[in-house]
Amino acid sequence: MKKYRQNQQCSAPWVFLAPALLFFTIYVIFPIFRSIWISFYEWDGIGQATWVGLANYVELLDDDRFYTSLKNNIIWLVCFMLAVPAGLLVALFLNQTIWGMRFYKSMFFFPFVISQVVVGLIFSWFYNPNFGIVGKVWEYFGAVPPSILGDERFVTYGIIFAGLWPQVAYCMILYLTGLNNISSDQIEAGRLDGAKGWRMLRYVVLPQLWPATFLAIVVTVIGALRSFDMIATMTRGGPWGSSNVLSFFMYETALSEYGFRMGYGSAIAVVLFMIMLVFIGYFLWVMYQDERRT
Amino acid sequence: MKKSMIATLLASTAIAGSAFAGDLVINFDDTNPAPKEGFENAVAAFKAANPDVNVTVNFTDREAHKTAIRNFLSADAPDITAWYPGNRMAPFVDAGQFEDISDLWASDPNLSQNFEAIKPTMTRDGKQWGVPYSYYQWGVYYRADIFEQYGIGEPSTWDEMLSACDTLKQNGVTPFTIGTKYLWTAAGVFDYLNLRTNGYDVHNALTAGEIKYTDDRIKATFENWKTMLDRCSFVDNHATMSWQDAIAPFASGDAAMYVMGNFSVASYKDAGLTDDQIDYFPFPEITPGLARAEEAPADALFIPANAKNKEDARKFLSFIAQPEIQSAWNKTLGQLPPNSKAEVDSGDKFIMQGMQTVSTAAGLAQFYDRDAPAEMAKAGMEGFQEFMVKPERMDAILKRLDSIQEKVYK
Repeated sequence: MKKYRQNQQCSAPWVFLAPALLFFTIYVIFPIFRSIWISFYEWDGIGQATWVGLANYVELLDDDRFYTSLKNNIIWLVCFMLAVPAGLLVALFLNQTIWGMRFYKSMFFFPFVISQVVVGLIFSWFYNPNFGIVGKVWEYFGAVPPSILGDERFVTYGIIFAGLWPQVAYCMILYLTGLNNISSDQIEAGRLDGAKGWRMLRYVVLPQLWPATFLAIVVTVIGALRSFDMIATMTRGGPWGSSNVLSFFMYETALSEYGFRMGYGSAIAVVLFMIMLVFIGYFLWVMYQDERRT
Repeated sequence: MKKSMIATLLASTAIAGSAFAGDLVINFDDTNPAPKEGFENAVAAFKAANPDVNVTVNFTDREAHKTAIRNFLSADAPDITAWYPGNRMAPFVDAGQFEDISDLWASDPNLSQNFEAIKPTMTRDGKQWGVPYSYYQWGVYYRADIFEQYGIGEPSTWDEMLSACDTLKQNGVTPFTIGTKYLWTAAGVFDYLNLRTNGYDVHNALTAGEIKYTDDRIKATFENWKTMLDRCSFVDNHATMSWQDAIAPFASGDAAMYVMGNFSVASYKDAGLTDDQIDYFPFPEITPGLARAEEAPADALFIPANAKNKEDARKFLSFIAQPEIQSAWNKTLGQLPPNSKAEVDSGDKFIMQGMQTVSTAAGLAQFYDRDAPAEMAKAGMEGFQEFMVKPERMDAILKRLDSIQEKVYK
């Protein structure tokens, strides 16, 4: 009887985990290894696959489009981080008790609710120099409006700016919940010691917001690396591939009308996966450390 | 609720799956009103002539079809599918997923006699793989009212076109509109400049990877393009516009010409232009005396190798190749019938001029992105777009295309 109960305690978690583990294996683990496997082949998706070893990776190292995409990915990572302080700023601003605050909060959160595709579409209209708001503003000052999405110098920043809109909202909501959990006695104590303004924020509030900050950084890094929808709707990697990022480059090579190079596309996916793995590994390590401390 | 779900499930599997002898399943790739109607009429005529064959048609839109075909050809093949000839059919032909129908081309007198001009594009490895049902001309569509206002005639030579552009620019009209966001429109301009500068054989040699992009002949094409960019400028910001977006300046009179395919005429009319305001001329001659070749992409029907009812599929293909069927179908479509015995819609001036243009052409090109392999086409068209915005980068672009060409055609 005792043994049965012990067994039950051991096996129960596995029984409950089984469905999740099964689907995780089928839909996540298996495709990862399958992609790595395919990246060693030259395959058009229908015909015979030929083993080419590392040739796809060698070609990748010699491909300008890869470096453009990689560079843009880095720009995305760096600029997208603005969403974290911007979200904090909005959250601090909205963390007041005045009448109708819930309404303002939900309005600020709104861009995160609408689809990225819609955001992309709206911003590509904003940016249109002929009839968009950017064109109108420039014309008002008597300047010639820039073609933001048609100029290789501005295009990536233009898309990132559009992407920041919903991302700031996301970070804001994370910070708002964080601000709710701040202990008021610490604020009081700080106030008694004469802290206010920036010092209060820096030494009393921010440390308590660390969990929210950490989460905001994680979602922003992942958001930057998988930026796909915006690029697909706003420029499709153009003009002449100058706004491409790895995720869209991969899609274009493997799955789009002019693509169907499954092996090469998989090689890009593997590289993107490795980059993500660095961040994911770091995040997991930080979380593990945090947990050990408590 | 549950019952109806099961019913739809059963119905959908019935459509997609089981096809007995006498059942003919066709996957067609155009859901736009006119193409759909034209095709449905052809199917209706076939049903009337063959009451024993039970025809089922699945409609998908073009973009979805391009992805879906890769799955259904092997997993769940219909008896007939729409697809494109030229290099676009090459992957499926090479993978053995299309049925060789050379026997039909040889035994059907209509097919063997009336499709001479288009037969080469349906041929790969010396065999025929499909039957074309429609094609259309490319050329320059222009605002006849604006041309008349400034006393410009239809240009037939390069110099005439350049001076027409000068006149337009002096009057504040941008000569050409274009939208290159989806790239292929730029390939239309390149193809014509190349066909007029170097001719049909160079076009084919280039898309077959036999000559380099840094070849002097291709450089000459780009030099002409540079001249065109200088003197016949294109609308600003074309890299952010689709071909439909580019109709706006054309309709408003800000731009006067558009290098386009005939399918675009319906959109001009939707934008408020009338038949009197728009007209067509073939792309002007550049190298004097060069045999004139045209862009005339075709749409065709193919039999998948895994089709269940190949007998009726062949019957259907030879049926829709008939002159009467092709006439009626293309009249609805507003395009040209590939069958040389078929009649064209004499009430449509664009069709009449298009017929005149392509039937007297020395060669018919499919289009850069159908003649060249997909990967080369994509890189090439990005290069064309970049060149149109930054012509000073010509040498760098051509060199880059050379290195891609080397990888693609190995």
